[in-house]
Amino acid sequence: MYAFDFEKPSTVADAVAALKAEEAQPLGGGQTLIPTLKQRLAMPSKLVSLTGIDEMKGVCVADDGAVCIGGATPHAVVAREAAKSYPALASLAANIGDPAVRNRGTIGGSLANNDPSACYPAAALGSGATIVTNAREIAADDYFQGMFATALDEGEIITEVRFPVPEKAAYMKFEQPASRFALTAVFVAKYADGVRVAVTGASEEGVFRWTEAEEALSSNFSPDAVAGLSVPADGMIGDLHGTPAYRAHLVGVMTKRAVAAAG
Amino acid sequence: MTTVSMTVNGKPVSAEAEGRTLLVEFLRDGLHLTGTHVGCDTSQCGACVVHVNGEAVKACTMFAQEAEGAEVTTIEGMANADGSLNVIQQAFQDHHGLQCGFCTPGMVMSAAALLKENPKPSEAEIRDYLEGNICRCTGYHNIVKAILAASGQDVGAIAAE
Ligand SMILES: Cc1cc2nc3c(=O)[nH]c(=O)nc-3n(C[C@H](O)[C@H](O)[C@H](O)COP(=O)(O)OP(=O)(O)OC[C@H]3O[C@@H](n4cnc5c(N)ncnc54)[C@H](O)[C@@H]3O)c2cc1C
Ligand code: FES
Ligand code: FES
Repeated sequence: MYAFDFEKPSTVADAVAALKAEEAQPLGGGQTLIPTLKQRLAMPSKLVSLTGIDEMKGVCVADDGAVCIGGATPHAVVAREAAKSYPALASLAANIGDPAVRNRGTIGGSLANNDPSACYPAAALGSGATIVTNAREIAADDYFQGMFATALDEGEIITEVRFPVPEKAAYMKFEQPASRFALTAVFVAKYADGVRVAVTGASEEGVFRWTEAEEALSSNFSPDAVAGLSVPADGMIGDLHGTPAYRAHLVGVMTKRAVAAAG
Repeated sequence: MTTVSMTVNGKPVSAEAEGRTLLVEFLRDGLHLTGTHVGCDTSQCGACVVHVNGEAVKACTMFAQEAEGAEVTTIEGMANADGSLNVIQQAFQDHHGLQCGFCTPGMVMSAAALLKENPKPSEAEIRDYLEGNICRCTGYHNIVKAILAASGQDVGAIAAE
């Protein structure tokens, strides 16, 4: 690792001020950033730890029923504290990585990183969540901009994520057993005004909505409704774990399983 | 360099650390507590698992400065007050839960975190919890047995594969 300064502010305002320094970068749980630093793929002058900011931690339910999660909330806390208010989200969090990763890794770090195989992007896009930063509110539909790319500006931090709670939802992950990330995973959520289907781990563009399946499921919420549908293998990720055609097939399979699990 | 202070195995300690000093380096190089191992250094293997404020974390993937003021427990803090092996460590010995022993500190720390959360885990729950702890020797079977035994449960149900 290259040397850097370390700061641990206790308010969002102080963190935003500290991030104004040239080449400063926020540090969430470090579960992605620390390995990146070890490989010398990043060279920040300063890391601003967000884990000491109490106003960015915790799970609560807003007046409109939305589940609000502080940007620095670790996965393990979401798994415990959202279990009643949004079970599909809690169960997604409970299956990220392993217990030690879940004790450190945060929702804000996961969404800021936008790994094409990460779990939280599917929940945020699949729930039509709102990404709240120190500066603005960003709809999930506008937030994800391709593999590792997001709408966040330099020095902008995710302070909260708001999830409207669906009538039914489920996340089905076909796990890549070595990394525990999604080889392909699908988040399905049924709202009063329609169904959303978000796919992660499959596309070279990162998380995406499968609109054809959304339409079919909005008129008939059953696994049969998507039985005849498929996504093209074009643009799917191909690696030693699976070809593009394999991943395209998994999208259909995991969508059906998610609908069945949502009930 | 900054002076970092924390409580390790019940004792207050202070040592110098850079921003980039990892918690595992602070423990091993700064405090000479070499029981915490570094297997992969890429947050995959779990040999470096310690408890920070009671929670299992990978000490290779956390900076020392993030543990400022924290209560840290390492494998050196696991034995009973009289120096004898604690119930989990004893169960690892009794059930042959280790061979080379490299993964064992992390296994014991993860097992302790599991049993605190879930005092009577099933075999499946134990295997699931150990997802981030890799062992190249034992094939896991005896580790799972040891943890079941440490939780006071019958290990006979696990077939001797
Ligand atoms: C062994 C292992 C298994 C894993 N398995 C999975 C899995 O199954 N599914 C999955 O989805 N993920 C998995 N992960 C990734 C894990 O969830 C990470 O915790 C997560 O992707 C990054 O979160 P973090 O808080 O650790 O962020 P960090 O590593 O601290 O930061 C990641 C990036 O986000 C930025 N950042 C951090 N917080 C914020 C914020 N609040 N606002 C703006 N920018 C911010 C940082 O500057 C950095 O660029 C795994 C990781 C490991 C090590
Ligand atoms: S050394 Fe930390 S996980 Fe392997
Ligand atoms: S006993 Fe050798 S790695 Fe586990």
